[in-house]
Amino acid sequence: MGKTITEKIFSNHCQRDVKAGDLVIAPLDFIMGQDGTAPLAIKSYSDMKPQYIASSKIAFVIDHSAPSPNEGVSALHKLMRDFAKKNKIQLYDIGEGVCHQLLPEKGHVVPGDLVIGADSHTCTYGAINAFSTGVGSTDLAVAMASGKLWFKVPETIKIELSGNLPYNVFAKDLILYLIGKIKADGATYNAIEFTGDTISSLSIDNRFTISNMAIEMGAKTGLMEVDEKTEKWLAKHAKKPYQSVKPDPDAKYKDIKKYDVSDLSPQVACPHTVDNVKPVEEVEGTEINQCFIGTCTNGRLTDLRVAANILAGKKVHPEVRLIIAPASRQIYLKAMEEGIIQTLVKAGASIVTPGCGPCVGTHNGIPADGEKVLSTANRNFKGRMGNNKAFIYLASPATVAFSALKGAIADPRKI
Amino acid sequence: MLLRGKAHKFGDDINTDYIISGKYKFKTLDMNELAKHVMEDLDPHFYSKITPGDILEAGKNFGCGSSREQAPLAIKFSKISCVLASSFARIFYRNAINTGLPVIECDTTGIESGDELKIELEKGVVINITKNETIIAQPLPSFMIKILNDGGVVKHFQRYSDLKFNV
Repeated sequence: MGKTITEKIFSNHCQRDVKAGDLVIAPLDFIMGQDGTAPLAIKSYSDMKPQYIASSKIAFVIDHSAPSPNEGVSALHKLMRDFAKKNKIQLYDIGEGVCHQLLPEKGHVVPGDLVIGADSHTCTYGAINAFSTGVGSTDLAVAMASGKLWFKVPETIKIELSGNLPYNVFAKDLILYLIGKIKADGATYNAIEFTGDTISSLSIDNRFTISNMAIEMGAKTGLMEVDEKTEKWLAKHAKKPYQSVKPDPDAKYKDIKKYDVSDLSPQVACPHTVDNVKPVEEVEGTEINQCFIGTCTNGRLTDLRVAANILAGKKVHPEVRLIIAPASRQIYLKAMEEGIIQTLVKAGASIVTPGCGPCVGTHNGIPADGEKVLSTANRNFKGRMGNNKAFIYLASPATVAFSALKGAIADPRKI
Repeated sequence: MLLRGKAHKFGDDINTDYIISGKYKFKTLDMNELAKHVMEDLDPHFYSKITPGDILEAGKNFGCGSSREQAPLAIKFSKISCVLASSFARIFYRNAINTGLPVIECDTTGIESGDELKIELEKGVVINITKNETIIAQPLPSFMIKILNDGGVVKHFQRYSDLKFNV
């Protein structure tokens, strides 16, 4: 019987034949915690009184409230820094960037890896063929203390995408469309394999956007195969040898879904769920108060470039605040070298420290009661941006940038 | 493990931001303090309505959203003894088992707020005493029962110094 990418990665790690449904304890290649989850993991780790720590496989990232907005958070950050120093753990401090940009960018994750992160969007690295999944703090503690974790090997849903995306329609529109079709729990407990010529046509930055949001359908991870683009990207980033993993032609899938995206419209996820997705035509003209471009979904160089092209020589609508957070320091620097940052600031954008802040509502742009926000993030739950009386819409960087000029949700195909 | 308490009903797709808002989770590691805010965006007075041992009951995709373990912990420290849902988001499910909060996937449609429930965890049986109905659920794998009986994976680890499937 053929195997999916997931079954192969677990079989390789368990050194025996495993299949979907098996309960396994598997060794991990990399382990990540961020400042929302690592403090609790440190506490659990200490309570466990272990003899071991998998130091060389762990990274801590301070990104969720970075720099610290209050003394409570400062104490948690200090806890992370002290623990990392004592245990020789790699720590990415404030300003380095969002964890899901940093792990692949710094070469910690390569194809075929089995990775856990105490953050739900850890599924992002599926775009470079790693089985990566989000867990909680106690799982992180167990992983740190043993270098392994228990898993139920998931079944896989294959999503075949065909056709080239139309003008000013992007990977974000594609994944929002899929979430609207498959719904928030449509892939719960399952892995997804994204495949087809649409995926091949996308840059690695854009592929990360897609895998990043697999969790918004409940999926455990969102895998893609390695191609020439991936190899080229890895040549610049990977710090260890790797063996990419392909599914067998006779692999058994739970479901195979096919979509032609040649005629796709820009998509907008409306309040208060990510699967409440509408084509931009249906929400065009909705007045907005704040726009946000950034996050582990859409804060990459490609995304900033798209925004800068739209905003170049223009001014953000006087009644709109535009906040931009590059996903990492490296992206920030490259965007400066390319003149992107200057373009964005001239247009009226506020650039904030690379990190998660506005998306997760810790600081850096909490909306007021009744305000509407258009964001490139991955979640629009009530209260997500720190105010449960605000309304969050999700879209691509192009839609957000163009809407920031118009003061209302606008269709970027009209640029 | 035998659990007993009255049901508190919630709907579908209850996400972790509803269970415990992100604005609290970054502030403290004091779970008793977090527990006071459990479900407050959906019901501002929910915490004061809980009698220790009560059971939280919901529809599909309970616990979707972020990986914050503060979600099951806030529920556990609010003295809720168990969560029943027609389905769970996977990270929440893992976190619940790992932190020692019993969770059962079963048909919850017939259970109403205030119903008195009795749960036999190992057998996967939920008895609605008020309605005189029995709901048969998929029992949890023995490994998960083991972790719950140990009081969560931290205590499991303290006991065996490792993750053990067969002990």
